[in-house]
Amino acid sequence: MTKEARRRSPLGHAVAREVGLVLVTLLLVAAVALYVAIYAATQQRLPGAFELITTVNNTLPLIFAALAQTLVVMTRGLDLSVGGMVDLTNALAAVYLGQSPGRTLGVALAILLTGALLGFLNGALVAWGRLQPILVTLATLSIFQGLAIWVLPQPGGSVPEFFSRWLANTSYPTGLLYTLGAALAWLAFRRTPLGIALLAIGNDENAAAAHGISPLRTKLAAYTLAGALSALAGLFLAATATAGDATTGNGYTLTSIVAVVLGGVSLFGGRGSAIGAILGAYVITMIVNILFFAHIDPLYQSFYEGLFLVIAVVLAEGVGRLIRRRKPA
Amino acid sequence: MSATPVIEARGISKSFGGVEALKEASFLAFPGEVHALVGENGAGKSTLIKIIGGRLRPDRGTLLLGGAPLAGGVDEAHRRGCWTVFQELTLLPYLTVAENLLLRREPRSVWGLTSGGRLAEAAEALLARFGIEHIDPRALIEDLPLAERQVVEIVRALSHDPAMLLLDEPTSALMERETAWLFEQVTRLRAQGTAIVFTSHRWSEIERIANRITVFRGGRDVGSFTTLSEEEAVTLMTGQKVETLFPKPPPLAAAAPPLLEAEGLAAGRLAGLDFTLRAGEILGIGGLAGHGHRELFLSLYGALGFSGRLKRRGRPIHPRTPRQAIAAGIALVPEDRKTEGLLLSLSVRDNLTLTVLGRLSRLGVIRRRAEARAALGMMTRLSVRAAHPFVPVGTLSGGNQQKVLLGRALLAESEVLLFYDVTRGVDVATKHEIYLLMMALAEGGRGILFYSSDTEELAHLCHRVLVLREGRLVAELGGAALDAEAIVAAAVRERLAA
Repeated sequence: MTKEARRRSPLGHAVAREVGLVLVTLLLVAAVALYVAIYAATQQRLPGAFELITTVNNTLPLIFAALAQTLVVMTRGLDLSVGGMVDLTNALAAVYLGQSPGRTLGVALAILLTGALLGFLNGALVAWGRLQPILVTLATLSIFQGLAIWVLPQPGGSVPEFFSRWLANTSYPTGLLYTLGAALAWLAFRRTPLGIALLAIGNDENAAAAHGISPLRTKLAAYTLAGALSALAGLFLAATATAGDATTGNGYTLTSIVAVVLGGVSLFGGRGSAIGAILGAYVITMIVNILFFAHIDPLYQSFYEGLFLVIAVVLAEGVGRLIRRRKPA
Repeated sequence: MSATPVIEARGISKSFGGVEALKEASFLAFPGEVHALVGENGAGKSTLIKIIGGRLRPDRGTLLLGGAPLAGGVDEAHRRGCWTVFQELTLLPYLTVAENLLLRREPRSVWGLTSGGRLAEAAEALLARFGIEHIDPRALIEDLPLAERQVVEIVRALSHDPAMLLLDEPTSALMERETAWLFEQVTRLRAQGTAIVFTSHRWSEIERIANRITVFRGGRDVGSFTTLSEEEAVTLMTGQKVETLFPKPPPLAAAAPPLLEAEGLAAGRLAGLDFTLRAGEILGIGGLAGHGHRELFLSLYGALGFSGRLKRRGRPIHPRTPRQAIAAGIALVPEDRKTEGLLLSLSVRDNLTLTVLGRLSRLGVIRRRAEARAALGMMTRLSVRAAHPFVPVGTLSGGNQQKVLLGRALLAESEVLLFYDVTRGVDVATKHEIYLLMMALAEGGRGILFYSSDTEELAHLCHRVLVLREGRLVAELGGAALDAEAIVAAAVRERLAA
């Protein structure tokens, strides 16, 4: 059974395996370069620390929403309720966080718990009810949006100043630490039994079950964690905006999916990395920035966003196929 | 052999949506034996294996593993030392070989985390333990050829030092060399006292390694034997007496007209082939896989561009699409029925009549009654076991799916039939039916071009066999010179010389 084996180097394997990651990194570099060029051309100076901090802070909610989406997409699902969850938790934060650090911390934890609970509800309907994830989360999206309006009928409320300083500091790039933390958390999660189970059922539910991995429990865990992460996104959004609005979160449903796709996470489950989704989130922010500084009429913004997205996805697909085709003989 | 069975299944019944896959079936396996489970596709072998492995729960009956009843699922079976190699592979395609081999028992650091390097090292050692050095533990499963995936799946089960090893058709994806490797492992385990249960549709393999054979028919065990001939087995499996597994091809008339003539046929690895297929002839194509057979069949069916000349009953043709081939009276029955032949979610009727809908239509509207008549007729002729013509083909057993594919080719009333490894993964009894059908077709004046990975079939069923090597004709065997050894010898001769 032995024969001369020609093998790829570990690095070669890593590149072939994480094609999506490589591509989204290239995409981000290109987007940053374009942004800097346009910024310099229109503002007659280079973007500095303020721009960096704003960009990172504005991206953080999307990063956590994209992480939530990644977990669910990994199981071959799709979580459309992310936006509604961000709305609801954002509204809860604006109304209940209060002004004393002790209370704020308690309420913030309660909000995360609420997110986890509602996520569990999604998971229960999908796993126990054997319902289509798209249907379930489309329904709960509306429910969460409704609850958000009920909690905060008009934009308003307030977020304590120290809360904003902690989560979305405008003087120091603390957001980079949170980004790094999220990436490290994923790397660790990917190596835990739950992380492996998540990938396994996304690969092939039957095969995973044949090895004693419970698709039911794994999905419940995935949706629950996704709920908590969406709630975290809502808290970060509240911290950035310093007040609440029960509808600002709506966009996160779609942008989280876009970030995941840009990041090379397969919508068919089982492959990809949340690191890619994080970078994908940054690409989206950069695109928005580029359009802003290029003085594109906001009315056409979604048109160009869509255009960029199609180009990015086609590029990623094409280059990915090329790399994968080069297999050792 | 010890007197206490390590696997004891009694009175096991299991239904799927009203269809009883197992009816009061019993099965015993003892330590230190290789126990072959044979039966037609759909006789309940795979279901039984899944129940023993904890993957399915029986509706009724008792199952003892190692003397104690199995109450839990896969995990409990694993704890008792019972591991399964499933027929439909259970590897995770986007994970690496190492991640698959060490799934749920990854080597972990004190932090409870694992790493790619750590995994690859452990997997490398594991593969080496079973003498496998050509599989890269860092490769993704989806990038491996089927045979290597099967090897990984087998190594995963072996690595647990099983007390009971269930192998459901482990060899159907393996080549000669890997099969020999597997049998070495099985022999070693048997010597250590492992009970090995395995299924195979290749009788030569069963004769090679089984100590005991249990025959299943219609969800029941019909007997256990220490020696059994293939004919006896087929008789038991079908309940009909079979004298000889391979029928003789009908005599070929000297004046039989040529149906298909090829000259300098080349496509991909196929590097220029001349042959003539006559009416009533079964022309075998032999040789090792990957030497141009596939290209030959696909080009004749218009599914692959080719160069060279083709004549159909003397008229030059050059099919560029399957549609043109069918119009020229050439039909293909492919091997991989799931991906190349059948529309699994459509009904038996729709699959049968797919290529002849034009004939069954008036003004572009299908005449349902004519269609139903055609489909039912063909189902009866081929004894397709399906409740009615409207069940989805995907719910039928493998042998019956293959019959539907054959039926489609027959309904097209093509004169030239291309049979590409049609008996692969088909049980012995259905194989026998297919052989009889081939003889009847030849007698009726059809010409059959027949490729098979089973050399015995070629030797017994064909008038002539053309052996291909590296895309060229290296031998034409017929009459007394035609036997399995001669085909194999011709297929590998130059390799040995080189």
